[in-house]
Amino acid sequence: MQSVENKEKVNKKGQRLVSADYILFEAPREKHFMTGSEAVKEAVKRASVDASVSYPITPQSEAAHLIGELWAEGYVGVYFRGENEFGVMSEVAGAAMAGARVITTTSGPGTLRAFENFPMWSGTRIPVQLVLMARGVNAPLSIQPDNLEVDFLLDTGCMIWYAENVQELFDMIIAGFAVAEQPDVHVPVITAVDGFFVSHTREAIYLPPDDIALEPYNPYKSPMPVIDAEVPPGRFLRDPFVMKSNYISYATHASWQWEVRSAIERSRPYAKHYLKGLIEEFGDKDGDVVFVACGTAASQAKEATRVLLDKGIAAKVVKLKTIRPFPVEEVLEATKNAKYIFVPEFNVVGWLERELRKVLYKKSNAEIIGTPRVAGGMTMPTEVVVKEVLENIK
Amino acid sequence: MATLGPAQYSPYPVAVYEGVLTPPKGKALLFNEIVDEETAMREAAKAMLTRDNATIFPGPQVLYAWNEEATEKAKLVKEMAEVLNAKIIPMYDYRPKYPKIDPEVEINPNHPNLTIWHNKIKACIFIGVHCHYANVALKIIRSETDCFTIAMCSQAGHEDAMITLRD
Repeated sequence: MQSVENKEKVNKKGQRLVSADYILFEAPREKHFMTGSEAVKEAVKRASVDASVSYPITPQSEAAHLIGELWAEGYVGVYFRGENEFGVMSEVAGAAMAGARVITTTSGPGTLRAFENFPMWSGTRIPVQLVLMARGVNAPLSIQPDNLEVDFLLDTGCMIWYAENVQELFDMIIAGFAVAEQPDVHVPVITAVDGFFVSHTREAIYLPPDDIALEPYNPYKSPMPVIDAEVPPGRFLRDPFVMKSNYISYATHASWQWEVRSAIERSRPYAKHYLKGLIEEFGDKDGDVVFVACGTAASQAKEATRVLLDKGIAAKVVKLKTIRPFPVEEVLEATKNAKYIFVPEFNVVGWLERELRKVLYKKSNAEIIGTPRVAGGMTMPTEVVVKEVLENIK
Repeated sequence: MATLGPAQYSPYPVAVYEGVLTPPKGKALLFNEIVDEETAMREAAKAMLTRDNATIFPGPQVLYAWNEEATEKAKLVKEMAEVLNAKIIPMYDYRPKYPKIDPEVEINPNHPNLTIWHNKIKACIFIGVHCHYANVALKIIRSETDCFTIAMCSQAGHEDAMITLRD
C-alpha cells in the first residue's frame, strides 16, 4: 500500500498532494455534521478536480452550486454552467478527453436528457465521475428519493457505485477517481446516492484535513490518446464504423464494446481495495433471512434486522457497494445459506431484484422476494420491511 | 489469455469473462497463469524465435511520442528486432482504414487480422500501442488468427494477449 507521496509537492492552494490510500486510510479524521451535497463539496475540495460543469435545474441538490463555490475559492480549475444536461455531459466529455479530471452531478429526468453521452463517455474511455443523486424519472416530477434512473444507466459501460450515506459518498468520490483513472480500467464512474435522504439531510461524517489533496490525474496513462495540438478532437470518433457496411467494421465495433465491458471487470480488484470490499454484511451472518439492498434501502433493512432479532428471527443485510461491476462472487457467498432473500428497493421496476435473480439463477434455492418496493419519494419505514418479512416467511 | 472460443454472440473471445484479469504489479501473464516476468520473457523469446514470420508492431507511443522515453523504446525495438530476426510493421494510425489497408507496410488496430493473414505472421509483439487499441486488436487477433500475441505494456498489461508484461 502506498503511503504519503509527493511530500514536497503542493498545488496552487497550498494543499499537499497525496495518494488516495493516504486520504482514505491513513490521514487523521475529524467529525463534522453535514448534508450529502456538502460532502460532495468536501470531497471535490480534496480531489484536485480540473473542471466541472453544472446545470442548475430545480434543486436536485446543492452539490453543483457548491462545486462552483470551490471554483471561486480556487480549488477547481474550470467551472461553468452548461446549456442543458446534454450540454453539461458533452462539455464534461470534452474536458476529460483533453486530459482533465472532471466531476459533475445530476439526477432524475436530467440524467435522461443527457443520456446519449453516458455510453459515449465509456466508449471513449474517459474517467469522468458523475455523482447521481437519484430522484426517479417520472411525471409529475419529484425531488424525493427514487432510483429508477439507475436502471437506465446499468448498461452504459460506466461503473456504478452506490453509497448508503454521507460518509460513504465522500469516500466513494475519492476512491472513484482512484479506480476510474487506472489505465486498465479508465471508464466513467457513477457514484449514486438516494436523493434527498442523503443529498439534503445532515449526518455525522469524518473528514480528513483539507490541506491535502489527491495527486493530479495523469492523462498520459490513458488507454486512448489525449487530445492535444497533434491529436484533434474526435480523431477516434471520426470515420465511425457505422458508416461502413461490412463484416470487419461491425466486428471491430463488437470488439470495442467488449473491451469497454472488460474494463469494468478489471475494476474489481481496485474497487475491492479502495471500498474495502464490493459488499458489506450486517447482522446475523448465519441468518436465513437475507436482505440484498443498496443505498438507504440497506439502512432500513439494517434497522429491520434489529427488530426481527427481537422477534426471534435471524436476519442479515448484504449491502451492495458496486452495481457495475456486480459483485457476483460476493453475493453468491453471502447468500449461500439464505432461505429467503428480500430485495427492498426505491423504484417501481425492481431493477435490483432483476439483477439478483440473474446472478442467483440455478445457483440458489432461496426464495427471492422483491419487496418492499416504494417509489416516487415514498419512505420505506422499518415497520413495512418487517411486515413484509413476517408475511412472507413460513 | 484463457481458452479460445467465442464469447456469447460476439465473434471475439474476451479473457475477463473467462476469469482472467491483468497481472499484479511485478508479475506477468502467460495464457491464464500469473508468472514471473523472467518466465514470461523466456516464453516470449521462444515464441518469437521459433514461430514463422515473427513481427514487432510498434504503436504511436514509440513512433510519434516526442520524448526521450519513446526514443529509447524505439532503439530497443530496433535492437530487439535484430536479435529476434523479426520484421517491424508499424501501427502508425488508429483510424479505421477504408477501403483497405496496405498490409505489407502497416497494421491497424481495427482490423489487425488482415496484416497477420497477409504476412502469415505466427508470433508478434505489441509495444507502444495505447491500451484501448491494443485490447481491441488483441481480441480480434486471438479469434481470427493463429498468431501468438505478446503485449509489452508500460501500464497494467493486456489479458487478451497470450503473454503480457506490464510496467
